[in-house]
Amino acid sequence: MANETTDSNTSDMESLKSRLADLLPGIALEWSEFRGQTRVVCPAGELLKCLNAFKQSGFDQLTDLTAVDLLEYGNVNDRFEVVYCLLSIDSGMRLIAKTYLNEPDLTIPSATSVWFGADWLEREVYDMYGIIFAGHPNFKRLLLPDDFQSFPLRKDYPVKGRGERHNFPVITRAES
Amino acid sequence: MSTAASKHDLSRFGSEVMRFSPRQCDLMIVAGRVVMKMLPVLQRIWLQMPEPKWCISMGACACTGGVFDTYSVVQGIDRFMPVDVYVPGCPPRPEQLIRSIIDLQEKIQSGGTINAREFKLRILPEGPSRFDEDELIRIRERNGFKLEDQKYDPVH
Repeated sequence: MANETTDSNTSDMESLKSRLADLLPGIALEWSEFRGQTRVVCPAGELLKCLNAFKQSGFDQLTDLTAVDLLEYGNVNDRFEVVYCLLSIDSGMRLIAKTYLNEPDLTIPSATSVWFGADWLEREVYDMYGIIFAGHPNFKRLLLPDDFQSFPLRKDYPVKGRGERHNFPVITRAES
Repeated sequence: MSTAASKHDLSRFGSEVMRFSPRQCDLMIVAGRVVMKMLPVLQRIWLQMPEPKWCISMGACACTGGVFDTYSVVQGIDRFMPVDVYVPGCPPRPEQLIRSIIDLQEKIQSGGTINAREFKLRILPEGPSRFDEDELIRIRERNGFKLEDQKYDPVH
């Protein structure tokens, strides 16, 4: 039974790769696999075309949109990695799509035109990492206060912050 | 919440009534961690309460920030607001909260106030300073000033 499902998965994956190669001519996608998870790296310039092609091939749910800061990872060429976790509801296949970004140009097209659920996910990635999504309908910070100056989940931001958490007036008993 | 329920009944101490508006309250219990986005709201609620008023800081997170020593959690509300009784625990047991209300009642009985004129004399802030030492050290290091002798820091 397990052999059947893995065989059908791999044959689905092969057919998926060939379908995507037809939908995206001339775009070099790097496929890899780790512990049953299939990943594909898209170039940042062709990101919207790739995402639309993934959606057309059946990945109709964007499960998660997040970013990774590879500053202290070692052995990498790019600093930020934006990760899209996709799920195909009919077949149950999952795919992880990634792009790499570098400073100073941290702009990437927004995925809200493909999946509506990317709305808040992109706002959170901007809030925490500072990656700008062009074409977002309501682009502002989601979780932190609107006038917060830094991007906390970057590796060069200390865990305890830079004093923003205690930057408030003190109320004494007499003034209450 | 179980403090006000039937097993550990809080109304036997006369403190059962919980209101949703701060304008009608004497006591504010701050339970749980306070994020920096919420602190001005908390201060405004405190200012909306009419005198005489008291504050209980309940739980490790409201007292000192608890396990959440991060960029967004205030490390103790007593840095920014006057607190009368602290309740430790994560979470505090209902008996601890009852004990804190009894303590507050004894404090009011002994020190006490009739129309809150005594509070006007307490003009200095009573909690820890709002600048952490390691924040100050980090700000100074960023500006290029290094201390010669590093104090012993068991955490880092």
